[in-house]
Amino acid sequence: MPERTVVIASSSGLHARPAKIFVQAAARQGTPVRIRVGDGKPVPANSMLGVLALGATHGTAVTLDAEGPGADEALDALAEVLARDLDAEESAGGNAGGNAGGNVHD
Amino acid sequence: MTETLTGLGVSPGRAAGRTCRMAGPPALPGRVPVADPGAELERALGALRATAAELAARAEKASGAEAKAILEAQSFIADDPGLHASVETAVGSGADAAHAIDEACAHHRGELLAAGGHFAERAADLDDIRNRAVATVLGLPVPGLPDPGHPFVLLAEDLSPADTVNLDPASVLALVTSGGGPTSHTAILARARGLPAVVACRDAGEIPDGTWVSVDGLRGEVETGIGEEAADGIQRRAEDARRRPSASSGPGRTADGHPVALLLNIGSAADLGSPGAGHASAARGAGQVDAEGVGLFRTEFLFLDRREAPGHEEQVAAYAAVLRTAPGGHVVIRTLDAGTDKPLPFLGLAEETNPALGVRGLRVSRVRPEVLDAQLDAIAEAARTTGVEPWVMAPMVTTVGEAADFAGRARDRGIARVGAMVEVPAAALRAGRLLDELDFLSVGTNDLSQYAFAADRQHGELADLLDPWQAALLRLVADCAAAGREAGRPVGVCGEAAADPLLATVLAGLGVTSLSMSASAVPAVRESLAAHSLARCREHARIALDADDPAQARRLVAGDR
Repeated sequence: MPERTVVIASSSGLHARPAKIFVQAAARQGTPVRIRVGDGKPVPANSMLGVLALGATHGTAVTLDAEGPGADEALDALAEVLARDLDAEESAGGNAGGNAGGNVHD
Repeated sequence: MTETLTGLGVSPGRAAGRTCRMAGPPALPGRVPVADPGAELERALGALRATAAELAARAEKASGAEAKAILEAQSFIADDPGLHASVETAVGSGADAAHAIDEACAHHRGELLAAGGHFAERAADLDDIRNRAVATVLGLPVPGLPDPGHPFVLLAEDLSPADTVNLDPASVLALVTSGGGPTSHTAILARARGLPAVVACRDAGEIPDGTWVSVDGLRGEVETGIGEEAADGIQRRAEDARRRPSASSGPGRTADGHPVALLLNIGSAADLGSPGAGHASAARGAGQVDAEGVGLFRTEFLFLDRREAPGHEEQVAAYAAVLRTAPGGHVVIRTLDAGTDKPLPFLGLAEETNPALGVRGLRVSRVRPEVLDAQLDAIAEAARTTGVEPWVMAPMVTTVGEAADFAGRARDRGIARVGAMVEVPAAALRAGRLLDELDFLSVGTNDLSQYAFAADRQHGELADLLDPWQAALLRLVADCAAAGREAGRPVGVCGEAAADPLLATVLAGLGVTSLSMSASAVPAVRESLAAHSLARCREHARIALDADDPAQARRLVAGDR
């Protein structure tokens, strides 16, 4: 089965906005993609709850896998998302209100 | 026919409108055998989709960026394919729709908690989703703040801080709870937002949704059965009164010029109406408030819902934001007031059978000293960055030894003005000795009542014991004020007692040097002080200390004008 192993680049890890961007990107792929940490149990990449439960922080290596036609394209697209620092893009965009998770109170 | 229900008025003002009740979490009935698993699954998934749609609609309407982000994230999770798959598994093993939702949410909740850190902070979202979806499946009222689509008087058993995150001051006219007391969260929130509120109104549970009522938050009365027309009239007059600018401004003074500083109780810079702060209270209360500083900066809000303590930089930024925006550059920061009574996940404290008497406030430092040290480091750095010197005090100081230890740790970091909250009678009785170690005291009347009268702050039945006009409480305040006078050091009151305009004259008469309150209470307190000479205030204090009960004290002091 095709796989890609990527290190999480976002500073807050696969959490909050970065997690949402990743999960939404996974949902857009034409083929189901799974994600796991190390030898852990793979979870569907389009499940926010599954992805959050990985507990993948900045610098964690995660592995994506998929099968069938379009698998390689889907894996490449999602690996590219994980390799970007989505938190930095957020602050560059000045969107301070987009943090869907961590800091609930000011 | 109108009927008047009575409770305790905890936040003054009038309002009138239709009632709407906040439902509690739905109880899960016994398991029901499932005849058609396919239909049952569809029922469960339908409830989750409806929950997602409802949360998305609320996110759309949410006023603050924070509330919007939370609701959007919850809507997203309610639609999660992983959650739906878990529901399918549960239905496959014979669960009915309500139990399937319950089990699926519990499963993912456990996984998030296991992931730890920021990930575990999302676990509470699953509780909300579970409660909403289970209520939908069972045909019960959906819990959480109601949204009837028109302004309403909110009825509830009691409100927790979590319930109030999304409370929209534009649609909630007043709060009426059957539980709670004068120092409950409901009361504190209502005063902070300037919303009229009546708590411990036993019969409020019987008022049907959609009833036209008027609420008098000063007298503690809820009138039911008034017509729409009467309600409109009351509401219009109330809004006019709120819009009328306060006639007074400037520092707190008695009629003959004796100063009593008027300060604010805040939870973050947003409560000061600072630029860019999207907090709802700024709109109604603190925006144009004229006060002499911050008398109580509660730092808990920075720590709530956290699995890990906020980092140094985050703390420095939050404290610096308040130091920069506080009126008069005067800020009293209270170090973290948490513990087994107000649990914070990251502290990892063991459960206690009697949390109010357990490890809380400064006592947390016995188990987790590094949390207080880190906070003091951050406060000291915020002071250096801003050039504003905060006063720093610890909550729940009980002995002279604790005061000395806290003062040493703060002064080691260059914090010059160190004080303590007086909330424990043992501390009030030793106020003079505490002031040998400390620069100031601030009396927290809410907890001091709870401990002096052995009455739980949230206990509706015992609310009369927590009345700040109780002579024994005022006696403890008087002792602290006298110790302050002797030592030449300030002794303020930062409990909600300071927000009562008439009681403010009593406190001034007792020798209290500052009163710290919610922004909305400042104008009335200032006017009340300005209308009485110091001699009159002292006479009020004498009367109140001598009264048989709070009602008599109020009557006699009010009559002495």
